[in-house]
Amino acid sequence: MATLSLPLAFFLPLLTALAVFLVRARRAPWLPLLGALATVVAVADVVRQVAEHGPQVHHLGGWQPPLGVELYADGLSALMLGMTALVGLAVTLYAGPYLRGKGYNTELFWPLWLVQWATLNGTFLSADLFNLYVMLELLTLTAAPLAAMAGDRPSLGAAMRYLLLALLGSLAYLLGVALLYGGTGTLHLREVGELVGADAHTAVAAALITAGLFAKAAVFPLHMWLMPAHSNAPAPASAALSALVAKAGLYLVLRLWLWVFPVLLSTYMGWLIGALGALAVLYGSLQALRQPRLKQVIAYSTIAQLGYLLLLLPMVVIPAAAVHAWQGVAYHALAHGFAKSAAFLAAGNMLYSLGHDRLEGLRGLTPYLSITVLTLGLAFASLMALPPSGGFLAKWLLLSGAISGGQWPWAVVIILGSVLAAAYAFRVLAVAHAAPPAGYTEVRPAQRVPRIMEWVPLLLVLIVYAMGVTAMPALGLLEQGAPEGLQ
Amino acid sequence: MIDALQDLLPLWALLASLGTAVIIFALRDERRRQRTFWNLFGASVKLLLVALLVYGFLQGRSYQVAWEVVPGVTFHLAADPLALLFAMLSAVLWLVTTVYAVAYLENSAQRARFFGFFSLCVAATFGIALAGNLFTFLLFYEALTLATYPLVVHRGHPAALAAGRTYLAYTLGGGMALLAGTVALYAAVGEQPFSPGGSAAVAEWAAAAPGAATVVLALLLGGVAVKAALFPLQAWLPIAMVAPAPVSALLHAVAVVKAGAFGVVRIVQDVYGHDVAADLNVTPVLAALAAVTILYGSLRALAQVDIKRRLAFSTVSQVSFITLGVAMGGPLALIGGLVHLVHQGLMKITLFFCAGNYAETLGIHRIESLNGVGRRMPLTSVAFTIGALGMIGFPPIAGFISKWHLGLGALAQELYWVLAVLVASTLLNAAYFLPVLRRIWLLPAPAGWPGAPAWRRGAETHRWLLYPALFTALAALLAGVLAAAEFSPLNWAQRIVEQEYPP
Repeated sequence: MATLSLPLAFFLPLLTALAVFLVRARRAPWLPLLGALATVVAVADVVRQVAEHGPQVHHLGGWQPPLGVELYADGLSALMLGMTALVGLAVTLYAGPYLRGKGYNTELFWPLWLVQWATLNGTFLSADLFNLYVMLELLTLTAAPLAAMAGDRPSLGAAMRYLLLALLGSLAYLLGVALLYGGTGTLHLREVGELVGADAHTAVAAALITAGLFAKAAVFPLHMWLMPAHSNAPAPASAALSALVAKAGLYLVLRLWLWVFPVLLSTYMGWLIGALGALAVLYGSLQALRQPRLKQVIAYSTIAQLGYLLLLLPMVVIPAAAVHAWQGVAYHALAHGFAKSAAFLAAGNMLYSLGHDRLEGLRGLTPYLSITVLTLGLAFASLMALPPSGGFLAKWLLLSGAISGGQWPWAVVIILGSVLAAAYAFRVLAVAHAAPPAGYTEVRPAQRVPRIMEWVPLLLVLIVYAMGVTAMPALGLLEQGAPEGLQ
Repeated sequence: MIDALQDLLPLWALLASLGTAVIIFALRDERRRQRTFWNLFGASVKLLLVALLVYGFLQGRSYQVAWEVVPGVTFHLAADPLALLFAMLSAVLWLVTTVYAVAYLENSAQRARFFGFFSLCVAATFGIALAGNLFTFLLFYEALTLATYPLVVHRGHPAALAAGRTYLAYTLGGGMALLAGTVALYAAVGEQPFSPGGSAAVAEWAAAAPGAATVVLALLLGGVAVKAALFPLQAWLPIAMVAPAPVSALLHAVAVVKAGAFGVVRIVQDVYGHDVAADLNVTPVLAALAAVTILYGSLRALAQVDIKRRLAFSTVSQVSFITLGVAMGGPLALIGGLVHLVHQGLMKITLFFCAGNYAETLGIHRIESLNGVGRRMPLTSVAFTIGALGMIGFPPIAGFISKWHLGLGALAQELYWVLAVLVASTLLNAAYFLPVLRRIWLLPAPAGWPGAPAWRRGAETHRWLLYPALFTALAALLAGVLAAAEFSPLNWAQRIVEQEYPP
């Protein structure tokens, strides 16, 4: 009984999705919110249990592996579940008025989004490679239609590209899993990790799995689908895709390399993956500097920010850097989740109110959208790692790792990434501060933004600043079930 | 209960400004009276809390607020004499500047945003003042950058936006250097609270690894030198003059520039210790740079025709006296540097208030239009004169006390070239301020001031614009005249130096 909240965290959103699909959101508009609240309660219980009693295990239906399905939550899972729950709640609160106001079909949105939430929770809770495959596939199958919801040419094209690349990634992942199963006869993460050796067989499997996940997480150089897909989706979907879905892919990369393939994780291998992350940081930021539209800037910023997560792998092999990097990366994943979703929702308010998000059209905006602009500014400040945000503490930890371990290239990447983030962030904020051009009649928003759409993103971004007060609770939670040497 | 609340006094004072910011952000632009009330209320509460802090400190209480932020790193506010000096300065000048800004921005747009960030800016400055270790200092130092940006670009025209870009490029760049240096220091010696005379762990490390210690010190000082406008990192300051006058006053007298200078004091005195920094050969370089900045700023000020720009270059020059005092070493020079932290603040804020009054009342922006303005606006002009003469170093105004101690310090340290710099800077100060005074008082007034708004022709200027300037001018005068009194800035600086150089 004690660990019932593990399956509930997965099944509650799934059942809500089903109920919404059958009853129709039109007739029961409170249903998605009810399901979301129930999920948040279940996740809160998971977090509490992990914090108090260490990692939690639940066997579905009482069946032991290898026959049954095991759900497993350690500190890292609990943090990701908690972040997903808060972002998910915000998305659920925001999506209703936004989609109605913009004329989207909410009957399509709710089941897709709630299944996606269930799948995300499932990804963070799964402990075996095949279940993870199912989750990954489901993530793609919910994310692509969400990206295509606008139904116009750019979003359909983008969603199609996303779908094809992600399916290709799934195939590569499945191939890798099959190789591992053939070699070890098991699919359970820990058992596979204990059985594999540092041989060519494992290396090929690891390469396939990593490449597949890179495609799903838009890691450089497989990033090209992300910007159009995320920037053309409706704002609440963009928030979920950027803050949660893409990150789930990277979460798996890190989880698999630390739990399944540590035997392969040599200095050289770490550098190879870290270099890709560094390239993503620089490339994403440079692209964000050149985009003419706000949502495109934020989407490219996702590519850059996710790159930091890969810096864990080169640093984790260096004892002096490992713990700092581990904590920094986990904290960065959290801070980025909140800041990025808040940024996308704020951008959604601009789209909602003005009908466009072209940067040069945002001049003189602040009097009408002051809460939204404040939200955007606070979110960007965390992305560029300015204190007192959670993003700052994450960068502090990462930088501490890089400098303690003598890893100068990564230190340079981290600092350069922050400078570039500041450059693209202030490019946006300067426009928002600019006075309207002379002789220009005042910009009147076409549509007044509902209160709830202004306050939800602000509250979301304030979480990042609460995270900036102290990181100790989150880092304490992270220790539960952390790999050896990272506690 | 009361005791527990009182121990958290630094936190309450910080939250006073933060809370004010939140309330003001929430008020809509047209709620002028409410905003003015909250502004003044917040500033007064803040001043009261800081005064309580000083009182408690004098009663022998030690205020420490600390909690762990990440393992091995604490957020730490502590009230030592140096912290209180800066906190008191910022609290007093914030109240004065708020009064001024309310009148100055009476009819401009976006006042909620302006005053909100204005309060955040002071919260950050207070945090810088009371930071008990380098991490906390960095936290607020960076937050200050974020809070001042909307103030610099407040007017929103292309020149303001360009100035904002320059400002960010410099300050964020400096922030990154400071971040790298701080992390490297933490990686090398762990967390060290600020301690007078420098921390022992840092001294050991500097002896064991002088190369690394020098690089880290250079990074740290490079980071704070940007805001302190030390040559060659001073270019952002005159450009940031496009901001409204209260912002310039705040930037130059209290917040940004002083945060940089204060950082120099903290890093040299309380992290490394002057002796260690001197052994690493960093302080001579710092002193030389400060001297260059003093002369360079003064020379550039000579060539300016815009009042605010001349004052800006004067700031570049004057703030470096603080750095110079710290870099010279020895108790006397340090007293001179520390007391100038306050004195320069009082005098420069007076000058900026007056410049703003001239611009607001008569539309005067250029020095050549100041002819005969002394008869039209006598009180403002008296205040301006006190500020200007103080900057030159006329006794008994505050600036004289600073320069006197700096000179004594140079003699004590046998750094005779510093005396030459002091003399040259005094001559240059006179050369760029005296002609202005001559125009104000001696030259005949034109027939009228075309830029003057018609309805203000009768009074000298808005009272809320005038009183702050008179108040700070009087304070600058009294800080000099009553320098020997107890609780004068000089007395307080001596108190700090007694800790830094125990007799």
